[in-house]
Amino acid sequence: MTDDELIWRIAGGSGDGIASTSQNFAKALMRSGLHVFTHRHYPSRIRGGHTYTEIRASADEVESRGDGYNFLLTLGDSFARNPSENAYYGDEEQKPLYENLDELREGGVMVIDSGLVDTEVVEDFDERVEENDWHVYEFDLRSLAREHGREVMRNTAGVGVTCALAGIERSWIKELMEEAMPEKILEPNLEILDEAYEMAMDVEHTHDVQVPEGEHDEEQVLLSGSDAIAYGAIDEGCRFIAGYPMTPWTEVFTIMSQNLPELGGISEQVEDEIAAAALALGASHAGVKAMSGSSGGGFALMSEPLGLAEMTETPVVFVEAMRAGPSTGMPTKPEQGDLEHVLYTSQGDSNRVVFAPSTVSEAYTQTRKAFELAYEYQIPAIVIYDQKLGGELVNVPASHFDEEPNADLGSTLTEAEIADAPHDASGKFNRFRYDGEKGVSPRSVPGQKGGRFLATGNEHMPAGHISEDPENRVFQMDRRMERVENIRADLDGMGTSHQTPHGVSDAEYGILTWGSNQGTVFEAVDRLNDDGYAVKALSVSDMMPYPTEEVQAFIESVDEVLVVEMNASAQFRGLTQKELGRYGEKLSSLLKYNGNPFEPAEIVEGFVTSIVENDTLPGTETKFVPAAGD
Amino acid sequence: MSAFSAIGEETDKDQNEFTPGLEPQPTWCPGCGDFGVLKALKGAAAELGLSPDEMLLCTGIGCSGKLNSYFESYGFHTIHGRSLPIARAAKLANPGLTVVAAGGDGDGYGIGGNHFMHSARENHDMTYIVFNNEIFGLTKGQTSPTSPKGHKSKTQPHGSAKEPLRPLSLSLTSGASYIARTAAVNPNQAKEIIVEAIEHDGFSHIDFLTQCPTWNKDARQYVPYIDIQDSDDYDFDNTDRREASEMMAETEDALHEGTVLTGRYYVDSERPSYGQEKRTIGEMPEEPLAERYFDDDYEWERSYDMFLDKHR
Ligand SMILES: Cc1ncc(C[n+]2csc(CCOP(=O)(O)OP(=O)(O)O)c2C)c(N)n1
Ligand code: SF4
Repeated sequence: MTDDELIWRIAGGSGDGIASTSQNFAKALMRSGLHVFTHRHYPSRIRGGHTYTEIRASADEVESRGDGYNFLLTLGDSFARNPSENAYYGDEEQKPLYENLDELREGGVMVIDSGLVDTEVVEDFDERVEENDWHVYEFDLRSLAREHGREVMRNTAGVGVTCALAGIERSWIKELMEEAMPEKILEPNLEILDEAYEMAMDVEHTHDVQVPEGEHDEEQVLLSGSDAIAYGAIDEGCRFIAGYPMTPWTEVFTIMSQNLPELGGISEQVEDEIAAAALALGASHAGVKAMSGSSGGGFALMSEPLGLAEMTETPVVFVEAMRAGPSTGMPTKPEQGDLEHVLYTSQGDSNRVVFAPSTVSEAYTQTRKAFELAYEYQIPAIVIYDQKLGGELVNVPASHFDEEPNADLGSTLTEAEIADAPHDASGKFNRFRYDGEKGVSPRSVPGQKGGRFLATGNEHMPAGHISEDPENRVFQMDRRMERVENIRADLDGMGTSHQTPHGVSDAEYGILTWGSNQGTVFEAVDRLNDDGYAVKALSVSDMMPYPTEEVQAFIESVDEVLVVEMNASAQFRGLTQKELGRYGEKLSSLLKYNGNPFEPAEIVEGFVTSIVENDTLPGTETKFVPAAGD
Repeated sequence: MSAFSAIGEETDKDQNEFTPGLEPQPTWCPGCGDFGVLKALKGAAAELGLSPDEMLLCTGIGCSGKLNSYFESYGFHTIHGRSLPIARAAKLANPGLTVVAAGGDGDGYGIGGNHFMHSARENHDMTYIVFNNEIFGLTKGQTSPTSPKGHKSKTQPHGSAKEPLRPLSLSLTSGASYIARTAAVNPNQAKEIIVEAIEHDGFSHIDFLTQCPTWNKDARQYVPYIDIQDSDDYDFDNTDRREASEMMAETEDALHEGTVLTGRYYVDSERPSYGQEKRTIGEMPEEPLAERYFDDDYEWERSYDMFLDKHR
């Protein structure tokens, strides 16, 4: 963390092009040598409704959205056609102004599009400005945009003003506009950018918020968790995807669908999620690396095919993009409430792999790992992540993706190998042998000579025939379950743990977290250590098989542990206690489930108030749940 | 050499090729219509000279779903209602395979109805055999989507208030390009129809009337059938959609009045299969995708070379 940072929030109406504008802006800042992190907030509406994107840029690495922001560009909602005080959704047109004031830092800059937004709507506006030492600049961006092009281009005007006020080189933005915009709209946009820039240079600057300077020591790329998952799958040889749209999984599905045909792969949008999961199984059964996925409600439908994949030992990867639940919940808001759903859904004892990547770069590596293990061990692997990780854009060194492709089907035999393998007396290949090494019994795929077998969701004999023989049942069950233990041993033996530690080694307190909270928690840990507490964190990414030893060692090494997660029932804390069989008295929880991800300050506050001072948290944004027996 | 050398390999016209060498004997009840389907399918596969290793038989759950336990080929005994999406994907992944899906009327027209509609609509190149015994067999005799109105069962003690589903008409409106009905009481016609269905390049739907002597003694499936292709009374052009539709309506009414009409109702050999459509628009590779995973010389592309530029 550093004070030398720009956190730019652009607020406006959903559908007004906030996302694309901010994406270009983030890329420009990255190209200038800065580290960037974006946070997206949007409503579950198509047109209109308050939305904002934050871009945090610093010379040092940034891993979270930060606390609040110091530069607000407020544009007004052009789709709010019927502003009425009593309207169900509130006064949409003006929301971009008053909804964003609470988190603007002291001394912050505010640019207001006076063409659409009226400061009168905030009763105590002037007092607040004075109290917080905000620096307000009003420009009629809407008219400027209209003059040279169309009203929607006021985004560009806002960017021009931002460049002038924050000391950003205009050429970085221009370069990107030239790359991204078709000739016809490029011209007016460039004009608008320049004019807005001049306009803002002409007024007196009273603030001292400026963009920092930075330099990367290697080439960076800007991408989201969804991009990383899709690229991880592609690099691992996945060439078949089947799905049905559901936010936020749709992002991965879209990226894959747009790219697979060019790669000679197949993408299928089908009738429902049951079909989607079943198609992935069918393609994998036939010898292709395949995936499917959904978000909570759609994944619920996939429960039965998931169990079928387990019983038939069909390799497959599913992704589950969490959003706030239960049921359809809040479609565009992040939550980590589907962990137990993903770990235990489907009948019988689960034998599956579940990974929960913490960062964009881990989303790539763990997706690759998920495919590798799925095909090596013939087991379904699930990548679970939330709407926050899926949508946030961060810079990652390009070299992170400079890895060899791997299209190996794992434990799949060639015809020559099948010929040497044991068959039963009927001539069927013993696909589900008892004595498979590490529990894995190599497979054949349809069309291979001599490889025929029966895959069935019923309990079965080695060649696949249905059987309720007790002895066979126990052998088969044990063999399938044994694979999960062997996967843990493999992961432990690789020396590349996905559990990420952070903080001082001789800590008194520990913070345990999982998934996309990692960066925010680490930032909080740094601040706590700066404030004189001895704290360390462990961010866990392997959910099943669980990294028992690593987590146990972490818990043992501190006096008290706070588990930070975005759900109401402390699911990860529950999993940890279940897996370790103890520590109920040592683990307490800090939870957030209001639809917004944690900010570092909330974790600092939650820790100090609840753990150190044993006091009650003042607000309702986060919630503390004490350890058992506390 | 292909990694799938069973594909295209001819076998002798001997249906024993498709009989599991070592048991298991079918566990169906004596007199069950399912035996007729098994026999017809074996006969058809033999007549087509298919090799058991190039066939994938996907079934659902039910008495009918056990078909692939007694038929020698690659098999995927899936879950209730889901044989079609699994079969479809296997065919897309490896178009060289001969893919057949099968299941009961509960499986195919009830729980799997959505998949039936969409598989027909997309015209996947595969054959779908529905064992229509107008009853749930395996779960012991509940009313099924094809049970006649008024049918009494343990779960519909007052008699079903629902009109039965009309599978042939549904299939036609959904878009299947080959539609036939046959009956277990005539394995010869059934065999011929299965041969045609497998040879047809597109979605072939066979509504296969089977009897369930254990739970559905009243069903009309026992009565002698009339082969509409062999009957002068029923001369119509089964390549004409409108005529086919009328013939289906007549057939479906007649069944409930006690007359069983069977035969080919609709054959559209012009319409390209789904895989072909996808290839035409560039959404599916010309060579079977599955082959590529066994080709050591294939150059796999990676995201670093393909996509990263737009993120720089
Ligand atoms: C999801 C699900 N629901 C219910 C069942 C129970 N079940 C098994 S077979 C069957 C009905 C089978 O009837 P049908 O498809 O007509 O086949 P038949 O047994 O008559 O051949 C049912 C409801 C199941 N296995 N899975
Ligand atoms: S219950 Fe009916 S359908 Fe099932 S095996 Fe017996 S006769 Fe056949």
